[in-house]
Amino acid sequence: MKVRTHSDLETLRAKGISTLYPPRPKISVGMATCGRAAGATAVYDALRDEADARGLDLALVATGCIGYCQQEPLVDVRVPGQARVLYARVTPDRARELIAALATGELPAEGALAVIPDRNQVFQKKPGFLEGVPLLDELPFYSRQRKIILRNCGLIDPTSIEEYIARDGYQSLARALLELAPQEVIDEVLHSGLRGRGGAGFPTGRKWQICHDAPGQPKYVICNGDEGDPGAYMDRTVLESDPYSVIEGLTIAGYGIGAHQGYVYVRDEYPLAVERVTQAVARANELGLLGKDILGSGFDFNITIVRGAGAFVCGEETALISSIEGGLGEPRPRPPFPAISGLWGQPTVINNVKTLATVSAIISRGADWYASIGVEGNAGTVVFSLVGKVANTGLVEVPLGLTLREMIESIGGGGLDGKAVKAVQTGGPSGGCLPARLFDLPISYETLTEAGSIMGSGGMVVMDEDTCMVDVARYFLAFTMAESCGKCTPCREGTRYMHEILTRIVEGKGTPKDLELLEEIALWVKAASLCGLGQTAPNPVLSTLRYFRDEYEAHVTDKRCPAGVCRALIQLIIQPDLCTGCGLCQRECPVGAISGEKKEPHVINQELCMHCRICYDVCPVGAIEIVR
Amino acid sequence: MPLIPQPPSLPGGALLAQLHGINAEYGYLPEAELRNAANELQVPLSQLYSTASFYSAFSFEPRGRHTIHVCQGTACYIRGGDKILDKLESMLKVKAGETTDDQLFTLETVYCVGSCSMGPVIRVDGDTYGRLRPDRLSRILKKYQEQEV
Repeated sequence: MKVRTHSDLETLRAKGISTLYPPRPKISVGMATCGRAAGATAVYDALRDEADARGLDLALVATGCIGYCQQEPLVDVRVPGQARVLYARVTPDRARELIAALATGELPAEGALAVIPDRNQVFQKKPGFLEGVPLLDELPFYSRQRKIILRNCGLIDPTSIEEYIARDGYQSLARALLELAPQEVIDEVLHSGLRGRGGAGFPTGRKWQICHDAPGQPKYVICNGDEGDPGAYMDRTVLESDPYSVIEGLTIAGYGIGAHQGYVYVRDEYPLAVERVTQAVARANELGLLGKDILGSGFDFNITIVRGAGAFVCGEETALISSIEGGLGEPRPRPPFPAISGLWGQPTVINNVKTLATVSAIISRGADWYASIGVEGNAGTVVFSLVGKVANTGLVEVPLGLTLREMIESIGGGGLDGKAVKAVQTGGPSGGCLPARLFDLPISYETLTEAGSIMGSGGMVVMDEDTCMVDVARYFLAFTMAESCGKCTPCREGTRYMHEILTRIVEGKGTPKDLELLEEIALWVKAASLCGLGQTAPNPVLSTLRYFRDEYEAHVTDKRCPAGVCRALIQLIIQPDLCTGCGLCQRECPVGAISGEKKEPHVINQELCMHCRICYDVCPVGAIEIVR
Repeated sequence: MPLIPQPPSLPGGALLAQLHGINAEYGYLPEAELRNAANELQVPLSQLYSTASFYSAFSFEPRGRHTIHVCQGTACYIRGGDKILDKLESMLKVKAGETTDDQLFTLETVYCVGSCSMGPVIRVDGDTYGRLRPDRLSRILKKYQEQEV
């Protein structure tokens, strides 16, 4: 079948509704990469086997990520006529119990995290239905969220274009192609106030306009899915959980600027995302939603998927272009910007995954709707991966203007294991670390930049008292040093020198003079590097020097690591009065430095000890002390 | 006209796709295959080599039957990813980047597999394991060791 008209879309929508809300019980398992890492595959298998064994007629679906990764594996169960019930931390045993309960028709309240009302249905929880289980939006983790980019993630089968359409998918493309001229599409995006969600925040509509106006054909559009920031996985989730939202957005971008060829560049480390996007493009082609004369509009558009090969710098747009062309992923000076001269020298728009997933929501609902969300100059929503030393980890989409405190304390539930949060790191290796005293800052492109960090693509790593800020700076410089492509000297050599100095400091060999030297080199690298990688690489150093100078000073002056992290500056000892002689630390020590008789206090051989702190982590009675 | 004839330009992404294809088949890039690919794509071998050596996904050396990627992304690192690496290095008696003598495992680090909420994380071939502690690693390795018996 080829989709040619609105009524064809309606046919697909009806099909999608029939699988979204089937007349038989349905169980969805969150099986994006994070769910699988938590053991969702075994849960899925247990559900299937148990249902088979009982001869239960049900629909079992692998869905994407609903965002509350802390609670994975997540399973939701829907009985016809009732709301979906979301179960958290499901084990294979628990999965079998759920099937048994389903066979009796009564869902258990135990283990139920929340109730998810079906969309477009007025839902009132019936009295007595899962007493005490809140609605999803009532959970502190979700109550402040507003889902636009993540609107379908975890709620639909990512391989089903019908379910995507059932949740208003392809309404935007239909409106763009059948009702709007390309310039009107650009105007709509411009007026929505959408800014690039890859991190730099350039107005998307303006970028499209420049490319639209640039002389030269053919033109290209590229979706940048080379999400390389360590600690960030927003784009992976969207590509894995809702690939059609990105493909639709890319097609609209192509129509707006006058391109007939698009590329989706996906990071090599995301095999499931590659698989999902490949499948989605094939399906859209089959239905005529890609290819020739889409929706009978006369507009032709094709998409090619390019799998990256493990180079962080390829997230930089000019390096990404070079990588698609078959060369090294090395950046080149801008201007000319890709919108004027990009892929093979032709006008090219490059947009982030989240930007395009937003576009496919904006066109059907209108610029005014989007502009009304967020704050002046920072319209709409952003997605953060809230991770690290925070109680509730997961993917969070919030309107711009929310404060860091609301993110970390209200949504994130504060520090992990009740520990005090010391800092938050945004923007990955290009960003900075902001201290807890700045947590009342509202989140916007400008405020974060002024504070010495950046919005970035959405990594938000929470750090507590057990995190050493000097070590964090060294960590990031090790990263940028390894990922610097080597083309320009300030970045290649500067990151190396900064890393050398930071290594000296964490090894207790630094001097107060090193701090000045570090700052000076950092400023040079920032000013003189060719591309964004080098220009922002010093940010983790500069921001930690600015806010956590006392920690640097403790390292260089007192030769002390206050957080007890830096290996050369700590010693581990076993407190004999606490040690029960269980032998766990002895078994786990990677270098065999621990000895002792069973049930007798153990000792650590300080000559052999590499100060990795594994013993500290595994000791069940807290008998290991870190001497700092 | 350029002084030095330019190689014909390839379709977007074609060169990387070719390298991925070889890598998927052999687990690394054997020289003979690179030579064939250069002929097929009509690009100089030097371009293929320089591109392949730029990216961390490709290796010119044979790899173990299973590749373990220890995530060193920020979230994994601050939640103890460095200790997971220490432990694996000691268990397998290799350093990151090396292959065990029995050719069973190649140990690699990776900066982020995007499962940050599950940190620390490792990936063995296509399987991702999250919420790790050093004492859970031996059970994971065993699964792959037993496949060989």
